Amino acid sequence: MGEKRKISLTVNGKSYEEEVEVRFHLADFLRQQLGLTGTHLGCEHGVCGACTILMNGRSVRSCLMLAVQADGQELLTIEGIAPSEDEMHPLQEAFRDNHGLQCGFCTPGMLTTLLEFLDDNPDPTEEEVRIAISGNLCRCTGYQGIVAAALDAAQRLRDAKGA
Amino acid sequence: MKPPPFSYHDPRSVSEVINLLETLENPKLLAGGQSLMPMLNMRYVMPDHVIDLNKVEGLSYIEDNNGNLSIGGMTLQRDLEYSELIKAKCPLMYDALQQIGHRQTRNRGTIGGSLSHLDPAAELPSVCAAHDAVLIVQGPGGKREIPFSDFPVAYMTPATGMDEVLTGVEIPTWSEGHGYAFVEFARRHGDFAITSAAALLEIGQGGRITRASLTVGGVGAAPVRMTSIEEALIGQTGDEEKLRELCETCREIDALGDVYASSEYRQHLATVMSRRALVKAYKRANAAT
Amino acid sequence: MSGWKVFGSRAKRLEDPALLRGQGQFVDDIKLNGMYHAAFVRSQQSHAKILNIDTKPALAIEGVKAVYSLEEFRPFLRNERLVVGLPSPSYKQELDRPALADNEVVYVGEPIAIVIADTRYVAEDAAAMVVVDYDILPAVSDCRSALDEGSTLAHTDAPHNVLAQFDMRYGDVETIFQNAPYIFKERIWQHRGGSHSIECRGALSFYDPIEDLVTLYSATQSAHTAKNILIDMLGLDENKVRVIIPDVGGGFGPKLVFYQEDVSVVLASKLLGKPVKWAEDRREHFISTTQERDQYWEAEIAVNKEGKILGLRGSMIHDHGAYTARGINLAFNSALIVSLPYEVPCYLMKVVLAVTNKVPVTPVRGAGHPQGIFVMERLLDRAARELGMDRSDIRSINLIKSDQLPYKKELKTRGDSPVILDSGDYLGCMEDALKKIDYYGFPSRQQKALKEGKYIGLGFANYVKGTGRGPFETVTIRIGPSGKISVYSGAAAMGQSTRTMLTQIVAEQLGGDLENINVVTGDSFVVPMGIGGSASRQTVTAGSSAFLAAREIRDKALKVAAHILEASEADLEINGQEIRVKGVPDLKVELGQVAHAVAGTPGYALPGGILPGMESTKNFMVDDLTFVNGTVAVEVEVDVETGKVTFRNYIIVHDCGKMVNPMIIDGQVIGGSAHGIGNALYEWMGYDEEAQPITTNFSEYLLLNAPEMPHIKLGHMESPTPLNPLGVKGVGECGVVAAPAAIISAIENALTPYRIYFDQSPLRPPEIVMKIKESMSLKSNK
Repeated sequence: MGEKRKISLTVNGKSYEEEVEVRFHLADFLRQQLGLTGTHLGCEHGVCGACTILMNGRSVRSCLMLAVQADGQELLTIEGIAPSEDEMHPLQEAFRDNHGLQCGFCTPGMLTTLLEFLDDNPDPTEEEVRIAISGNLCRCTGYQGIVAAALDAAQRLRDAKGA
Repeated sequence: MKPPPFSYHDPRSVSEVINLLETLENPKLLAGGQSLMPMLNMRYVMPDHVIDLNKVEGLSYIEDNNGNLSIGGMTLQRDLEYSELIKAKCPLMYDALQQIGHRQTRNRGTIGGSLSHLDPAAELPSVCAAHDAVLIVQGPGGKREIPFSDFPVAYMTPATGMDEVLTGVEIPTWSEGHGYAFVEFARRHGDFAITSAAALLEIGQGGRITRASLTVGGVGAAPVRMTSIEEALIGQTGDEEKLRELCETCREIDALGDVYASSEYRQHLATVMSRRALVKAYKRANAAT
Repeated sequence: MSGWKVFGSRAKRLEDPALLRGQGQFVDDIKLNGMYHAAFVRSQQSHAKILNIDTKPALAIEGVKAVYSLEEFRPFLRNERLVVGLPSPSYKQELDRPALADNEVVYVGEPIAIVIADTRYVAEDAAAMVVVDYDILPAVSDCRSALDEGSTLAHTDAPHNVLAQFDMRYGDVETIFQNAPYIFKERIWQHRGGSHSIECRGALSFYDPIEDLVTLYSATQSAHTAKNILIDMLGLDENKVRVIIPDVGGGFGPKLVFYQEDVSVVLASKLLGKPVKWAEDRREHFISTTQERDQYWEAEIAVNKEGKILGLRGSMIHDHGAYTARGINLAFNSALIVSLPYEVPCYLMKVVLAVTNKVPVTPVRGAGHPQGIFVMERLLDRAARELGMDRSDIRSINLIKSDQLPYKKELKTRGDSPVILDSGDYLGCMEDALKKIDYYGFPSRQQKALKEGKYIGLGFANYVKGTGRGPFETVTIRIGPSGKISVYSGAAAMGQSTRTMLTQIVAEQLGGDLENINVVTGDSFVVPMGIGGSASRQTVTAGSSAFLAAREIRDKALKVAAHILEASEADLEINGQEIRVKGVPDLKVELGQVAHAVAGTPGYALPGGILPGMESTKNFMVDDLTFVNGTVAVEVEVDVETGKVTFRNYIIVHDCGKMVNPMIIDGQVIGGSAHGIGNALYEWMGYDEEAQPITTNFSEYLLLNAPEMPHIKLGHMESPTPLNPLGVKGVGECGVVAAPAAIISAIENALTPYRIYFDQSPLRPPEIVMKIKESMSLKSNK
């Protein structure tokens, strides 16, 4: 066994204290050690974006971070996006309504990236959405449903804020 | 594709970093990890020790320092992108940042990491070349300053010593209202450029160019300052045909070639990107006067 | 039916809620107690003898459980080879893959040994420590020189590098070409790359000694194929192997193949008595998952001066890779599709499949059809140009017209059934697409753009594609006493919304409540036979079986309900989970009660002499392919200084018959288009002269991303096919097949002032710039 370290962190609002091998990347730690398998690995070299999570509200590729580097940080993964068991986040609803996913493998990265983006830019253009997800590869949809979902979600989120 | 075994160190101060660099066998510095982590996952690099710079204090800052911009080595690309100071004082960098990687990589990637990795096609080294930036490295002998022109010693090899760490960048700024443009050709948005050009211009009476800087990235083993073009630009106006003619010199760059883009193609792109950058920079300078 | 209509509606997908919450279960998400992890030692050589494999240094690493090569597996294999080749009389040699490399490796990435350890990290550490001594042999990289007399051999003990050879022909080609007024010839290079589903492959196997049962969870497109090969290789009884397909993160063809890794994982888990999981990483996917690659065509078209096609002939060399992992089908598809939408009086295509020292070639989404379509459309563009005709006119006069359908081509499918174009309006599709892209207004747009120094171009291409490949896909539907409707099928889901599709078809017959239907696909234990997801086939085959089974159950349920309610069957309707008398809402019986009534009580007769069980199994049988058709029309701008191509407009008008769910169909067509655009402009799987792969990561091999993907505008035509009861056709590959032909044509059109022409796909910026430069230097030399 390789060198280990104790880390504490918050994931989806829940606190964890774990001992982790220092060479484990964050995605493997989330998936294998915490059982949060909603974060996916598509390339492990930082291009496909499927492993994107939010760290302190910012999107990061969890295959390009060591788990030990998440010590003391607050993470959000796809499992933590929906407000409750019965209710989905407007972004998730918009993905369903606009056919923003087919196989669903790139979806965790798309959702987390767009969560951050829509926070930065609540009223984006189609081009801005496309650039925002330029680091997330999808092989199924041709992105059109995803872009539509993002624009739809932006509208829903603006409406909710205005209401 | 999992990282090989290594020991992990997360020092809190630069002196600790230097101490570790001096004492450990086969160490590797980890900044934003956007280049090193893929190389670790693919086992292209096999360090015995990884020294994480993310907890070192005092390496993340963007400051106005008597007309120079002082930037900490561990400043995130994201923080540069959203900095009003950068946008105002170094708009070329702002322009370049829009074209660096993706939102997720800018959220982790650092300026010091990008400069130390020194990919010839990377944007930030070209910006530093264009601005005659001075890099600050610290080692056992203390601080030393390296002008960017002396920083690349070979392909992807910086002048930083084995026991030194890049801690900051000093960027001399240009006059208010100067023209600037960072133009690149990449296959897809967010890719490393095949070829880029960074242009800075100041213009004076009659729209004549009084000061010029032109850097080509992605063609040579490191960013190339086109000094002969810069000299020839003085006194010129923004006439596109004249610029086109001047940029032909870019074909003389000692160019990299690979299966994706031949050296000839890169040289050709260098002429195109340079001209486009100069045209855009000139327009901006003109609009500001 | 009152109040609802689910067939044909844009119903929300049933797959989505779990996937959107991160609750999908992909192979790599499954964690079993005591599970070990596997990594593979792979050949770093494209061709070499293996002199020795030393596993000792690897076994010495803490956490390593075992290292197996073929030698250790041999005693447990009844058949050492993966015998998978689809039948064909054209084979010149059999090249089945060994379970792990024997004494000769023939491509980079070929698995040599499997390493089992506590974690994947340790397994990779150990795999790097396995020492393989190679005697390096010369390699075959180029499929053309592979066929030269005296060429290096890709397998040292093979007689030659010809895997298979066949001619596809009809009509008196020789005479027609001899007398043809115009013959135009094109030499065309075509290349397609990998599948690159974002989820790579994966396998997790465990052995249950109590049941003596091997279970394999596999990210495959065909559970039953995997099961059958395991039975063959391991000598197991049919009921001692179960293959389950969990959620699959995209397939696109290569996951249809059964691999060395699959059988190795199964054997390792059996030998160790522990679950063993292998999750392919992206680098492995690049070098060891099957892919499409190169085809070199020479093709001639004979036309008269009005542009009427007189005949077509040519030859094609196809890079087959080092082994047969599927068959000759890919090259066969390419050759078969060329002439299909047009009237072509005679045809001859001489095809050779060449063995090379590269990973085996098998279909990727589109399966050889894009290449054949590209050849035809390039030839038509060429003929139009030479004859001074409009590109649409030459197509109009040659397209098969709707009143000629069904139209029997003088060609046979690989299964020897006739090729009959069944339904559609090819000309109507093309005209609609040209209208939508304002084809006739384009010349003035182009002139205006040129004045501004912009090079814009318009291209379009027609396609047909055979879909719904038979012979069947079983569906069983059962209603239990709970009233829940269960649907079981041999179909496989890997992102195409199979569950929603089957649910909509069944719900239309059985009450319209999508939530009341549970679909189980991809489990070899629930349906004895299955074929799986390929060739845009499942809506046609499984969908039709589901429809027939649902209809049968519906009839039976109404009969039983009529008995219970003492009403006439004709007066009954199924609504939600109830069967009720129309207009008398209180007179009703629950579906569950009806099922209970025929579930049997000991000693009591079933009502009305009905057979037991509310269940039906159907195998809708079909041999003929049903042909989808469509037209892709694109407008591009080419930056002549950089070679960058950007889209100004992208139109597809297509006809896939009846639409089960238009939302899903849009998604399939647009997604396929992204793949096709990638094939035309970005994707290239490169190898050097020693057959070493040189594009093995996503920075070197480019997948289309969102900013480069155009917004696609779709037009639908709906010509039901008579070949199945639903009138449906397959749609999974529609978007991809004509994209390269249309895009390259548009680029060529944009560069009309330079008079340069393109005979390849992909076409990348440096190649465009170099062609422009050549043309300019020719001009200046004149």
